[in-house]
Amino acid sequence: MSAIGQSVPRKEAHAKVTGRARYVDDVVLPGMIHGITVRSSCPRGRIRAIRFGDGIPWDEITVVTASDVPHNVVALINDDQPALADGVINHSEEPVVLLAHPSRALLERARAAVTIDVEPLPAVLTIEDALAKTAIAWGTDNVFKEYWIRKGDVDAAFARPDVTVIEGEYFTGAQEQLYIEPNGVIASLEADGGVAVQGSLQCPYYVQKALMKLFDLPPERARVVQLETGGGFGGKEEYPSMIGVHAALLARKSGKPVKIIYDRAEDMAATTKRHPARTRERAAVTRDGRIVALDIDFVIDGGAYSTLSQVVLSRGCIHAAGPYDVDHVRVRARAVATNTPPHGAFRGFGAPQSLFALERHMDVIARGLGLAPDELRRRNFVRKGQTLATGQIVRDDIDMAALLDRALAASEWHARRKRFAEENARGGRVKRGMGLATFLHGTGFTGAGEKHLASIVAAEGMANGRVRVLASSTEIGQGTNTIFSQIAADALGVRCDDIDVATPDTRDVPNSGPTVASRTCTIVGKLVESAAASVKAQLLASGLLQAPYDAPAFRAACSRFVKERGPLRATAQYEQPKDVSWDENEFRGDAYGAYSWAVYVAQVAVDATTYEARCEDFWALQEVGKVIHPLLAAGQIEGGVAQGIGWTLYENVVWKDGRMSNDRMTDYIVPTSADVPPIHVLFEEKPYAHGPAGAKGIGELPMDGPAPAILNAIADATGISLTRVPALPETIFEAIEGARRG
Amino acid sequence: MADRAPVAFRVNGKPCAPRVHPMRRLLDVLREDLQLTGTKEGCGEGECGACAVLIDGKLVDSCLVPVGQVSGHEVTTIEGLASGSTLSSIQQAFVEHGGAQCGICTPGMILAARELLDRVPHPVEGEIREALAGNICRCTGYTRIFASVVRAIEIERGGA
Repeated sequence: MSAIGQSVPRKEAHAKVTGRARYVDDVVLPGMIHGITVRSSCPRGRIRAIRFGDGIPWDEITVVTASDVPHNVVALINDDQPALADGVINHSEEPVVLLAHPSRALLERARAAVTIDVEPLPAVLTIEDALAKTAIAWGTDNVFKEYWIRKGDVDAAFARPDVTVIEGEYFTGAQEQLYIEPNGVIASLEADGGVAVQGSLQCPYYVQKALMKLFDLPPERARVVQLETGGGFGGKEEYPSMIGVHAALLARKSGKPVKIIYDRAEDMAATTKRHPARTRERAAVTRDGRIVALDIDFVIDGGAYSTLSQVVLSRGCIHAAGPYDVDHVRVRARAVATNTPPHGAFRGFGAPQSLFALERHMDVIARGLGLAPDELRRRNFVRKGQTLATGQIVRDDIDMAALLDRALAASEWHARRKRFAEENARGGRVKRGMGLATFLHGTGFTGAGEKHLASIVAAEGMANGRVRVLASSTEIGQGTNTIFSQIAADALGVRCDDIDVATPDTRDVPNSGPTVASRTCTIVGKLVESAAASVKAQLLASGLLQAPYDAPAFRAACSRFVKERGPLRATAQYEQPKDVSWDENEFRGDAYGAYSWAVYVAQVAVDATTYEARCEDFWALQEVGKVIHPLLAAGQIEGGVAQGIGWTLYENVVWKDGRMSNDRMTDYIVPTSADVPPIHVLFEEKPYAHGPAGAKGIGELPMDGPAPAILNAIADATGISLTRVPALPETIFEAIEGARRG
Repeated sequence: MADRAPVAFRVNGKPCAPRVHPMRRLLDVLREDLQLTGTKEGCGEGECGACAVLIDGKLVDSCLVPVGQVSGHEVTTIEGLASGSTLSSIQQAFVEHGGAQCGICTPGMILAARELLDRVPHPVEGEIREALAGNICRCTGYTRIFASVVRAIEIERGGA
């Protein structure tokens, strides 16, 4: 029986439900000491002096400052971020001094005794300040990167006499990933003079690259091992490179293993969050509801260093025009610098921000034209063979109108809207409404990203007859270990239980790329499938295995091969499908190998007394290619929808002088079990030619839909058209009372 | 530390008497002095529930409890639920129904579910939602956790 399509038990489930799974803070190495970070407290300035106060036995403490750093950069893309501030401060949580000692209590006292004397400089704290250049925080103009998409003749389309122009401006706030396990690593010295970092992380080879650059080490002397990881959501994509080099600096200087575990407040204030964004939409529409042109200005706040912002920007830019057939599109996308801690990867990676603006604006357009929101979308959906904003021809066998029909039927859209309209008209404290969002999410790295990564996966038959998958793709809760086992099992013709997945250790596993961008299942999974198929082919060619065979016969043949003939190993490397091409300069062509497509529907209740909006019911329908593991896939959707509901209604990062002031779980509210509505997950499965068994990507998609669907539902319930998330009771109060006052 | 008076209590049915400061957090005593690392720290301020344990059957956040307070009491951690390699009903249900994703909230969540089922053997959905509301999960959206608890109720009723 095929393993794919079955909800087999999660590989590491037993260890997780018994408490035996080993996370970084559970690991204690002999002689290990603790490390902590001393940070700046002003958003921008020049360091005049660092003073170490009295009453602390400084001779017992390992102290690292910028002068101890061989090559002071955390390598990523532009290499503009130092590991420790050297002379200048660019954000209020910038690491300046590292301390290590066996006693955490002493370290806390020592941290308080360090004074970083800073001469303040004018800081740039908002997107508006950055664009207005109130001060220059980066480069010559505060702009990290600017991209343009140009399709058709936008200006001519807006000048047409038969179109109405509808404009809007939309904002989305920062969002904390809030994985329940904070960032943490342990660094230790290897016998060969190298350094090893183990910890909670998504991308072992990113951390390795950072170690190599900072210490000028060859790859074999910069070892990185991923331990069980208590959630990531992007928050452990690039940040572990920072904390990893910090621990390694302390380990090299002290000669001892050093553990750094952030407490919740440090993790919330100092590590990356979702980029805040401002999006201006202009649409030229005909009276019958055809969108002729879209002119979109998309700006994201990247924080103090460039980190991944240009990549987040490109995804946001490409998704800005949504799943629609629009002849004339212009998107201007900019990532700007501010003196706040760098914003970074978070599930969706720019797409939730630009899709929020578009999908909210679609409802504004529909209302402007007197059309139902579903009908406006139906008249504009892109169809197979038509082109998206980058000129990419849709090859997916997608029928968005059929998807919409199914979602409307499942949610009883028309009946509920009618009923709520009648109930709302009778007055009463609670107003209900329905809202929807229709969208797409590109699978894998943007543009030529996958081609440049050229990921590699290995599969290896072992002497015990089992087969091991070797990849740097990490299990962070989403199910990597399990789906790789299913895919390999089917390619080999064995059972899932006969597959092992190697611990991501850069000493052992090839670089299958980072665990990001909804790429693990579709891109890396395809390589798992290919490598496993090669192992099977070698066994068949050896004559030790004859088809048809069962699992015991496979194990016997595999075992015999390894014992008698030596290693049984195959690798597979990514090759870009021949029909995919991308022009990075013009932002034209096939931005992604494939897209996942979705229609989400939210039912919302707004309390007219407390101004609180609650999402009462939610339907998530998506076409994601073949579903490898129905239970895990549904879990991804449900979890993403819950994070989306949080971003929409609860999660408010409060900034004060460029610092998150509500850096506690008491003050930063995420959805609890009492806040999340029933989430009805529905799949449409149309196999994708280049995915394993036809699978596409799934992890980020569910983050895109909830915010616009919920705000559209609030508009349906109250008539109030909100333009920003989070939509807190205060936000709704101001909008409703503002409208009442006129 | 050797001169400290022992704090005597029971963990998972076994007596222990670590010589620790009575104000040391129960969480740290469990994890560092007794090597019971299944109890996790997520926030250190009693908000997330990752460190939840049972004290005499009541659910508490061990990051907020000085160990002196459990002197003479019975503490149950995640390590105390399975008997040998046989999972308890709730653990088994979490495996079957995808109740654990990243796993970091799972020990506390399972203990919260245990406390609920000991108090209310046949809870309705609203009671499950309320009982688990002090345990934050960032992965699942809770749906599979509810399904796991419902399955555990079935198992405990004698279902297969």
